[in-house]
Amino acid sequence: MVGGGQAIDQTVARMSLLLARLFPPQSRPTRRAGRLLQRNLLVYKRIWLVIIAGFCEPVFYLFAVGIGLGSFVGEVTTGGQTLSYAAFVAPGLLAASAMNGAIVESTFPIFFKLHYNRTYDAMLATPMRVADITVGEILWAQLRAGIYACGFLTLMYLTGLTSSPWAPGAVLGALLVGFTFSAAGFAAVTFMRTWHDFDMIQLVILPLFLFSGTFYPLSVYPPFLQPIMQISPLYHGTELLRAFTLGQFDWTLTAHIGVLALMGSVAVAVISRRLVGTLLK
Amino acid sequence: MTTPRPLLVVEAEYRFYRRTWRGTVLTTWLRPILFLVAMGMGLGTLIDRNTNEILGDIGYLAFIAPGLMAASAMQTAITESSWPVRTGIKWRKNYWAQISTPLTPGDLLTGLMIWIFIRLLFVSTAFAVVIWIFGAAPFGKALAAVPAATLTGMAFASPMAALAAWIKEDSTMVALFRFSIIPLFLFSGAFFPIDQLPNFLQPIAMISPAWHGVELCRRIIIDIPLTLPVWTEVGYLAAALAAGWWAAGRQLTRRLLV
Repeated sequence: MVGGGQAIDQTVARMSLLLARLFPPQSRPTRRAGRLLQRNLLVYKRIWLVIIAGFCEPVFYLFAVGIGLGSFVGEVTTGGQTLSYAAFVAPGLLAASAMNGAIVESTFPIFFKLHYNRTYDAMLATPMRVADITVGEILWAQLRAGIYACGFLTLMYLTGLTSSPWAPGAVLGALLVGFTFSAAGFAAVTFMRTWHDFDMIQLVILPLFLFSGTFYPLSVYPPFLQPIMQISPLYHGTELLRAFTLGQFDWTLTAHIGVLALMGSVAVAVISRRLVGTLLK
Repeated sequence: MTTPRPLLVVEAEYRFYRRTWRGTVLTTWLRPILFLVAMGMGLGTLIDRNTNEILGDIGYLAFIAPGLMAASAMQTAITESSWPVRTGIKWRKNYWAQISTPLTPGDLLTGLMIWIFIRLLFVSTAFAVVIWIFGAAPFGKALAAVPAATLTGMAFASPMAALAAWIKEDSTMVALFRFSIIPLFLFSGAFFPIDQLPNFLQPIAMISPAWHGVELCRRIIIDIPLTLPVWTEVGYLAAALAAGWWAAGRQLTRRLLV
């Protein structure tokens, strides 16, 4: 049996080597990711106006679209429930602003830190790992997205746009949308070379914003177009949040969550790989 | 005869643009198409099934097309006069390079304004063509609104250049965009007439040049009676352009000639 023990040891050794190759230490986060959060908190203490602006944006949209357009549109029927246009559009705006916020936060500033300020190079000169940076930046984006979502949802309760007991779940939904898009934005930035590449981001974001069921139900489109619209990750986010604020649940919910989580995870894997490649040359 | 100095600045902008135009072509053409499809046609189907006193027998697509034309000129002008001015002073520092030649801050400003004027003409004409293709207006009327949309854009270009030169922190710029540019876009009357807004917000919307531009374009394209006489609207936009120009000249001189 001694020989068998050795074989197992060898297998374990081989497996751990394989694991180390597949998931190099740099791609595994440590608790130091919290240090990046701390750094961002310190920086943003001086520019808190940006945080307030992030909260105000969806509120402006809600006022303009919900109230201004609401009287034009009248009532909307979705899932057998007839509701005011403002109540229909509010969760969509929350999802869209979670996406916008995540993209704004994870593209320009990160590109700047990566190529101009060289903030990350400085951080890697400390015991921080690449994965700590990835996780830290995403956590920070999540923290802010969570604050915005809570504020917006409170406003929805106060103005009577939602009365579902499930509505607080929309905060989790907004966090998932935020995670997916901040990871995707960060991943895209690692491929960018100049400021002009940012036009490409706008090119993706604008159609997503306009055609994801935010402003009107997908049933407005001809049937052959609807599957194309369903490719949009923001569509899944919008439907997820709408399910929570309207209290309408069915099995499609798991599909919405699955699509967002999958997209986010793939993006995180891409970021780790690309950052190891660019920062640890 | 020597070339007027501001035209040298225009040439510099053009040479830079020649290397970076690809992204702008997509946004110039795609933005109007996407907005008209999504809002005009998508949301329009929801709106047009109700009979509506304000819209009467005009479809929603025809209603927002002129508004979006003005709003899109405003956004182009702001894009061209905000970060580029900051970059010129702060990051790319090409303004410092230019100022070390016989060019003055006034020349830089004039050149920039001419350049933005040319860009706005292109963008607005593209928008007019898209409106016509969508059948939201006859070609002649859509084209007639191009000068009005361009003037709307210019009324934002010079004040924005002044702000971009004046503001110290980049984060203030980001906040400014979210606090003012987005509300300007949303409450400009492009998507709905501002009398739908609560009473206390209406005068605020009327201060914004965006509203005057939207009204002007709408008047030209679909003959909706104006709230104010035409020359008041044009005068207001021209006044915003002139005031912004003066302020931007002062700020650029202050930043570049100390």
